[in-house]
Amino acid sequence: MAREIEFREALREAMREEMTRDSRVFLMGEEVAQYDGAYKVSKGLLAEFGEKRIIDTPIAELGFAGIGVGAAMNGLRPIIEFMTFNFSLVAIDQVINSAAKMMSMSGGQYSVPIVFRGPTGNAGMLSSQHSQNFENWFANTSGLKVVVPSNPYDAKGLLKTAIRDEDPVIFMESELMYGDKGEVPEEEYLIPIGVADIKRAGTDITIVSFGKMMKTALTAADELAKEGISAEVIDLRSVRPIDYQAIVNSVKKTNRLVVVEEAWPLAAISSEITYHVQKYAFDYLDAPVHRVNSLDLPLPYAPTLIEAILPNVKRTLEAAKAVLYK
Amino acid sequence: MGMLAFFKKKAIFAQKNISNIMAKTEKKKAKNDGYDFSKTDYMFWYETMLLQRRFEEKAGQMYHKQKIRGFCHLYIGQEASASGAVSALRKGDKWITAYRDHGQPLALGTSPNALMAELYAKSTGVSKGKGGSMHLFDKEVGFMGGHGIVGGQVPLGAGIAFAEKYQGTGNVCICYMGDGAVRQGALHEAFNMAMLWKLPVIFVIENNGYAMGTSVERTSNVTELYTLGESYDMPSEKVDAMKVEEVHLAVSRAAERARADEGPTLLEFRTYRYRGHSMSDAAKYRTKDEVEHYKTLDSIESVKNTILEKKYATEADLEALEAKIMQIVEESVEFAENSPYPDPSEAYKDVYVQADYPYTTD
Repeated sequence: MAREIEFREALREAMREEMTRDSRVFLMGEEVAQYDGAYKVSKGLLAEFGEKRIIDTPIAELGFAGIGVGAAMNGLRPIIEFMTFNFSLVAIDQVINSAAKMMSMSGGQYSVPIVFRGPTGNAGMLSSQHSQNFENWFANTSGLKVVVPSNPYDAKGLLKTAIRDEDPVIFMESELMYGDKGEVPEEEYLIPIGVADIKRAGTDITIVSFGKMMKTALTAADELAKEGISAEVIDLRSVRPIDYQAIVNSVKKTNRLVVVEEAWPLAAISSEITYHVQKYAFDYLDAPVHRVNSLDLPLPYAPTLIEAILPNVKRTLEAAKAVLYK
Repeated sequence: MGMLAFFKKKAIFAQKNISNIMAKTEKKKAKNDGYDFSKTDYMFWYETMLLQRRFEEKAGQMYHKQKIRGFCHLYIGQEASASGAVSALRKGDKWITAYRDHGQPLALGTSPNALMAELYAKSTGVSKGKGGSMHLFDKEVGFMGGHGIVGGQVPLGAGIAFAEKYQGTGNVCICYMGDGAVRQGALHEAFNMAMLWKLPVIFVIENNGYAMGTSVERTSNVTELYTLGESYDMPSEKVDAMKVEEVHLAVSRAAERARADEGPTLLEFRTYRYRGHSMSDAAKYRTKDEVEHYKTLDSIESVKNTILEKKYATEADLEALEAKIMQIVEESVEFAENSPYPDPSEAYKDVYVQADYPYTTD
């Protein structure tokens, strides 16, 4: 039985269910407890689970990220919330040098079953320090998994899987998606990490995206349909690992590919996908791969500049038309 | 008795006797400033400290022969900091330190063979040749590394202690750092939360006077490092860590506080490393006189003298013990020499727990 709930509620349900299932799971971060979460994702969890398991921290991301990793090495399963991933940069040493390396440098003796979660990317007129995407940064590091859901259904199923995962998972959401509604079943379900989802089937062109840019991709597909162009839209759902096969299979069918991604273009997920497709679907491509990323610039405050820099439907349509030679 | 068996016996002893020792010590110190430790204690200290010393001297030789590569930071001079803490703590307690990490696992009873093999980058090493000198780990004895980013292990140590408290085990985590680490932000964030949440952690600053080549005085106006804990209302004290007895007593006090749910303690161990920061360091930033002065305070010599004075053993006994240790060290070299490097097929193992993780292979 499905009902419509908000993205934030889907995340909350995932955490609540996993905390009920496993007493080793706890949530730690800034404003997650008494304040009910900066974006109300953890609303009510303090009342339900108490202060032992829903823990407010001082503003000290490096410290509490490291405390999370230490706790994970020693038998617990922490969920560490970053108020945004922009603030994860002061904690990145613990994510990259500790969480991602522990298994390898201990010869497999110590694993780190931890989830670092929070919103990523632009979220309105917040200027350049609060409007960044580091999905590709984290995806570059072996030892991590990086999940970026695009709707409430995926968010719940993927977060539950991430919490049960034995390896460190970066789980990236968006302030702009927390209020999005979507159908989520009452019954329990899990979604595996690393499996892309065809959100819209099509035959003429493949559009690959993930996270909140999926809305842009799907809206562009609607527009293309009006012109009689059938776009297949693939939601990667995770960018480490990447479901390369799903992309290649689709390109072999449509022969054309556009990648839409909010991050900056240099060394982006779109670059990685483009490399892979030119190597493994070269003979199937009828046009060069195009991509739509944010422009290679910090994101300023003014709305006109934001409009000029972020990927949008218009630029996605232009890219689609270019690969379709229309 | 094998090292591991010896440690286990010792750990049980320590567990049973912490409060006992505490009470005795307070009395004894008030009387004549002497110590009241048993033959077992002194023999344990002597054996484990001498093992550290001889093992590392050999490691240094093998480094110069290029059998051991990468970065290698010797602990020589600081052995009491490890052995005195091992005797004060118990099985189940957790250990974490930075990259000068040979001493603690040796004192804890980790196989010298597996440790030397790790320095040699062999597959039989404690970390399967994937960590090297800086990343020794041994889950068996609760030794959780071996960490290479200065200060990075401090929040990890607080987190390890967090898990012990969360699960109500009564265990503590002892978290070592060098004097250089105290200038890192990570330490201050971890100290603050460890105190806020009363985590069962013992923070130990091994102050050997130099952060690589920069003396403590050249890194801050605050040179009494234990006072940094006071900023967070953390019980903090300075310890003469050239005296293993003082290390034992200070760690015992801190452990008792942690086990009583009274939270962390900061101990500043005043110690000294005889060798350079790493194998490539000629130590031109200090004088020979300074090094020689500290050698007169040598903790192993001091323990040896006490053993002889108290007639816990004869010169001949100690010579026999040293011969045994030399044999253990030689065997560890032989073991490491004869062990294979990791097979290239090992490269994709031990990165993820997920056995079939789909790596990007092209």
